Amino acid sequence: MERNVLLKVKDLETTFFTEDGRVPAVDHIDFHINEGEILAIVGESGCGKSVTSLSIMGLVPSPPGKITSGQILLGELDLTKQSEKQMRKIRGKEVAMIFQEPMTSLNPLYTIGNQLTEAILLHNKKMKKKEVASKVIEMMKLVGLPRAEELMKDYPHQLSGGMRQRVMIAMALLCNPKLLIADEPTTALDVTIQAQILKLMKELNKQFRTAVLLITHDLGVVAEVCERVVVMYAGQIVEEAPVGEIFKNPQHPYTKGLLQSVPDMRYKKDSLYSIKGNVPKPGSIQMGCRFAPRCDYATERCITENPPLYELGEGTIHKSRCFLQETEGIGIAERVAEG
Amino acid sequence: MQNVLLKVDNLKKYFPKRTASLKKVSHVKAVDNVSFEVFEGETLGIVGESGCGKSTTGRTVMRLIEPTSGSIKFDGEDLSKLSKKVMRKKRRDIQMVFQDPYASLNPRHTVKKILEEPLIVHGIGNAQERKERISEYLEIVGLDSYHGKRYPHQFSGGQRQRVGIARALMTNPKLIIADEPVSALDVSIQAQVLNLMQKLQEDLKLTYIFIAHDLGVVRHISDRVAVMYLGSVVELAESESLYAEPLHPYTKALLSAVPIPDPTYEREQMIITGDISNSVTDTGCKFQARCPYATITCKMSTPDLVEVKPGHSVACHLYSTD
Repeated sequence: MERNVLLKVKDLETTFFTEDGRVPAVDHIDFHINEGEILAIVGESGCGKSVTSLSIMGLVPSPPGKITSGQILLGELDLTKQSEKQMRKIRGKEVAMIFQEPMTSLNPLYTIGNQLTEAILLHNKKMKKKEVASKVIEMMKLVGLPRAEELMKDYPHQLSGGMRQRVMIAMALLCNPKLLIADEPTTALDVTIQAQILKLMKELNKQFRTAVLLITHDLGVVAEVCERVVVMYAGQIVEEAPVGEIFKNPQHPYTKGLLQSVPDMRYKKDSLYSIKGNVPKPGSIQMGCRFAPRCDYATERCITENPPLYELGEGTIHKSRCFLQETEGIGIAERVAEG
Repeated sequence: MQNVLLKVDNLKKYFPKRTASLKKVSHVKAVDNVSFEVFEGETLGIVGESGCGKSTTGRTVMRLIEPTSGSIKFDGEDLSKLSKKVMRKKRRDIQMVFQDPYASLNPRHTVKKILEEPLIVHGIGNAQERKERISEYLEIVGLDSYHGKRYPHQFSGGQRQRVGIARALMTNPKLIIADEPVSALDVSIQAQVLNLMQKLQEDLKLTYIFIAHDLGVVRHISDRVAVMYLGSVVELAESESLYAEPLHPYTKALLSAVPIPDPTYEREQMIITGDISNSVTDTGCKFQARCPYATITCKMSTPDLVEVKPGHSVACHLYSTD
């Protein structure tokens, strides 16, 4: 099934200029999201997954951060070239975002109703009050918020974590965005609440065909909701594949290691595989494969030369950034242009 | 038969809560009639969601929080009856590992000083012996002796947690209470710390109470698991039995809510509605408001934790025989 590309990130580099020098938090990455698709970016702290999402939204704190190269194409529109004023029109309307901790993204001094209404009015200045209110209430019911009319008068602190996240989702979807970026949306929630929110996100994705870019560190969440996965490590994409492929047939040693490190609730492993060493600080490794110091298969070459993203297999898109793909790997290991 | 190292009976911790009038005092029942045993050399996992009282239970056992009532028998001695002074000495045998090692290690002290402190407090060894013991334990937890000169901020999260573990081990404790020791760590580092804890348990014959919200992690490390909900233990069983055949509706819901890292895995998910705030009831089962099987009995009386199969206890009226 061919689907239209909604968002295309091309050769994106986001650099932070700090006291310790240039830190490329996102280091020349390429990926795309199709219309109506759920794509996950998975990785550990400092891998650049959140900076990627902030770059798309034009929310990279500047200074010290700056998009130093590349394009982010939403249809024909390059988001990196838009002025702040133009971005404000795009945010919420075309691309919306929800964050990990809904308490910090809601204004504690305004009622829920006030904040939800604002989200519509910003993009539809002429809409009638009554119409706005009914739209807000309809959306609140849709995301499973009970007693919508009363809840409008409540303040964020009166709500539980799960309900706050539902408010955030309602707010994000009010203007029918084409893309919803969810940055660790369930990490701060309890597991039974997480299940509710994930179910809701899947349903809304089906109903509105809103594409979702899910940023997470939790491989379980990825398996549960996503269609395609991008694995990031130290600012780079190390593997990209459909979700089934990633879990059944991981290629990059980092992806393999990560999958083996997760305790599985279904059965007991005697001992967990663990990746040696530490998660590198952003920008600390500038030469060679970023994963080489922790990799069991690393050779001389890996330390001096950064492997390109190899395209593997036929039929499905599966990419892996590892020299192993030259000799091993499935199907044809075709060398693509060095990034 | 295994020796019981710790036996907790009817432990309660009620925090006073003043109502708006400031006169009437009600209580938050953070720990409400909790009883369990911990055998020598085992790992007892305590799982539950935020606010279920798992951390308060751990801290009350150590008397970092004073219990409201109940007994805590450790090695035959009731800790709840000890004076503060004697209890402080007793903590030589019970140590704690915390979630965020950055918050639990003094940023102004070097690692050497952090590790030496418990030895000084408990009067263990002379300066030379203490120094040797610090180097030895730094190596045991996978660090190097030169790390002793560094400050906590110079370590990564995983290394800091290793320091936290080393500190807990300094006094040769019998029991270690680990409160969410890996939940602040990245997945790849989490596995390292879990493996370290398992190895230490074998080598040093340690007993763990492992408090966590991550059900996969708890299954991996625990011999037996207690599931808590709103201050009470709702189910307690060997971990194999609990995960293979959960009995309490809450345990079932909890287990089915955990995302499984396998997209081909098919299962019937039981998603319960509402959250903990729906459960303010004074009588009856605390889970009744969210429980799909709740009956009138559940509203009337609180179920006790009873053994329904060998080694498998549950607090639910569905399994009562009368």
